[in-house]
Amino acid sequence: MPGSYLPSSYLPVLIFLVISLVFGLGALVMGGMFRLRRPYAEKLRPYESGVTPVGEPRQRFSVRFYVIAMLFVVFDVEVIFLYPWAVVFDRIGLFAFIEMVIFIFILLVGYVYAWRKEAFVWE
Amino acid sequence: MNEINVSMLAPLLPEVIMASAGILVLLVELVARRKETAGLLSIAAVAVAAYYVPHSFGKSFGGMFVSDGYSAFFKFIFFINLILTVLLSMRYLVIEKSNHGEYYSLVVFSTLGMMLMASAGDLIVLYLGLELMALSSYVLAGFIRHDARSSEAAVKYFLLGAFSSALLLYGITLVYGLTGTTDVSLIGAAVVEKGLSTPLFLSVVFLMAAFGFKTALAPFHMWAPDVYEGAPTSVTAFMSVGPKAAAFAAFGRVFLTGFGSLSTDWTGILVVLSILTMAVGNILAIQQDNIKRMLAYSSVAHAGYAVLGIIVGGAEGLAAMMNYLFIYGFMNLGAFAVVIMLRSEGVRGEALEDYKGLAKTHPFAAAVMLVFMFSLTGIPPTAGFIGKFYLFKAVVGAGYAWLAVVTVIFSAISAYFYLRVVMYMYMLEPEGEAVTLSLSPSLGLALLITTLVVILIGVYPSPLLSFARLAAG
Amino acid sequence: MVEWFFGYLAGAVILLAILVVASRNPVHSVLWMLLMFLHVAGLYLLLNAEFLAATQVIVYAGAILVLFLFVVMLLNLREEIKIRRFTGGWLFKGLTALGIIYVLRRGLEGFRVGFEGPWSIEAVGRATHTRALGQVLFTEYILPFEIASLLLLVAIVGAVFLSKKRLR
Repeated sequence: MPGSYLPSSYLPVLIFLVISLVFGLGALVMGGMFRLRRPYAEKLRPYESGVTPVGEPRQRFSVRFYVIAMLFVVFDVEVIFLYPWAVVFDRIGLFAFIEMVIFIFILLVGYVYAWRKEAFVWE
Repeated sequence: MNEINVSMLAPLLPEVIMASAGILVLLVELVARRKETAGLLSIAAVAVAAYYVPHSFGKSFGGMFVSDGYSAFFKFIFFINLILTVLLSMRYLVIEKSNHGEYYSLVVFSTLGMMLMASAGDLIVLYLGLELMALSSYVLAGFIRHDARSSEAAVKYFLLGAFSSALLLYGITLVYGLTGTTDVSLIGAAVVEKGLSTPLFLSVVFLMAAFGFKTALAPFHMWAPDVYEGAPTSVTAFMSVGPKAAAFAAFGRVFLTGFGSLSTDWTGILVVLSILTMAVGNILAIQQDNIKRMLAYSSVAHAGYAVLGIIVGGAEGLAAMMNYLFIYGFMNLGAFAVVIMLRSEGVRGEALEDYKGLAKTHPFAAAVMLVFMFSLTGIPPTAGFIGKFYLFKAVVGAGYAWLAVVTVIFSAISAYFYLRVVMYMYMLEPEGEAVTLSLSPSLGLALLITTLVVILIGVYPSPLLSFARLAAG
Repeated sequence: MVEWFFGYLAGAVILLAILVVASRNPVHSVLWMLLMFLHVAGLYLLLNAEFLAATQVIVYAGAILVLFLFVVMLLNLREEIKIRRFTGGWLFKGLTALGIIYVLRRGLEGFRVGFEGPWSIEAVGRATHTRALGQVLFTEYILPFEIASLLLLVAIVGAVFLSKKRLR
């Protein structure tokens, strides 16, 4: 069957995932088994540096975060494209360079736009 | 295809010009105080790009990009759409207090997306072109940032657009899995070789639904009235012509080149969709008392007419469809120009009521609107008649006489709501305060161009017809 | 062995996808989605597509999910948590879902098994996946690549224009 392929070189990653999972869950389970449990009202209250909690914990984020997150996504995608480009750069050479310059230039215009529009300013 | 060189860019020259123009306009917006500069720059760029379109025929990037007569004709529709939209917008954006240069940049990028769609020889380029077009129009629909209606229109447009993109991608993946290629002509060859199978048929249905969304064919038209009503009027004018024509361009190429050998299997569905679209568009338009909403349903109905060209197929059908879309562009943009003219500071001018007695207060505006309403109905000697006439001729010629009769019946129904506007303007007395016209030089120019062309094609259609016939190959 | 991995990953993806739409708390939905993205990355690994797996983790799990989370926080869905997740109409919705599953299932039947063209699985294996992808992306698919940059530019303009409070 084509495509039957076991990415065996990623075995360490898998082992690492399993260990971290076991360690994380194990710590919780062990803690639950051995810790003392003496609850009372004061102790169960949310801890806010000794001050009595006021209001809802859920608060509306400012839209400013959204602009930042959106710009982050765009430039993240841009950087992702650089990786396979770097890998094949030796094969394709000059044209790969020109291609990437055009690509980055177009996004640079976007960067300049965002900058001039003060998208990076925390107003 | 390992050799890359600059000559590959030659067929793409108009697109390269448009891309550079979009970037330039964006940069101009950052420095220019008068935002109209950006608009004028975009018109200049279109003029240059249009000059190079006939000089750039050929295939490039291994057949991914095809510049031929078919795509060239559609590109001219997009250029006209852009120029007229920019002329309509300059004053309108000031009235709406949203005069930003990004507008013109987004219009240019959207047009670039349409051009790529019309020239796409590969489904991946088609998809990316479509996304470029759509993403820009989502932002344009929400361009009046302080108006909740505009934002709502943008959100609705975005959600439905994303949904239709998903359908398109499903269809593309299925076709790729079945034929092993995304190249439209290679898909055609593979389809001929393998013949029809249930999976292939289902993927064709997916693609048809996706294009149905973009061209606003019923039952995929639901988004159109809400979005058209809420979006800024100039953007509505832009969206109702350009993206629709672009979707038809891609629709025609993919279905007639890619799935042409299966046409007997999918025309049946398309006939049903077409009749349903004409019915929904024309009948629901009757109930509207907002002119933008009425024109939205009218635009749905016109998609139902235009799709007849794909049903007929072949050069004859495509030429009729292209011809129709070209004419539709002028008359629809003209009608929206009048709607924009009625919008002035503090007066929305979108209600049908506002047209009462317009002939008494503003005889010129009423006369122009009369021409466009006649043309949209298809009454001679306007261009709309020529468009419909050649469409019917193609439909009858392909042996669908009954379908032509159905279309004529629905056209007759459409006369009711188009001519009602005329009746309001000419036979009723003005009520309350008379509307003030916000006529600017650019808007006047747009009105002049559209009116002249609509009448000119109406009386002397042969150059357009032979051009469309030539372009359809 | 591969089948076992695939079975686990595919099953987990389906289960997590259901949890995403069924969770009352939108923040939980986003977190389920994070787990789902990681499992999808696992599927890519099984397909010998290491670069896509890494992209899946970096872009989807890393960037897009953060964006989702911000949007959820932005909306402050205090009331929505109390609303019922599903609004009835099960018959119609169920039939639609089954219809789509049917279409995709039937679609699979005709798929060409095995890979043709210059990039056979051996060729990809020899060149390594990232190199093969780069080779194709920067030669044959250069046009889509450059269009993608324009798309990203429009995304920047749209995001800044629509969400900036005061526009210069």
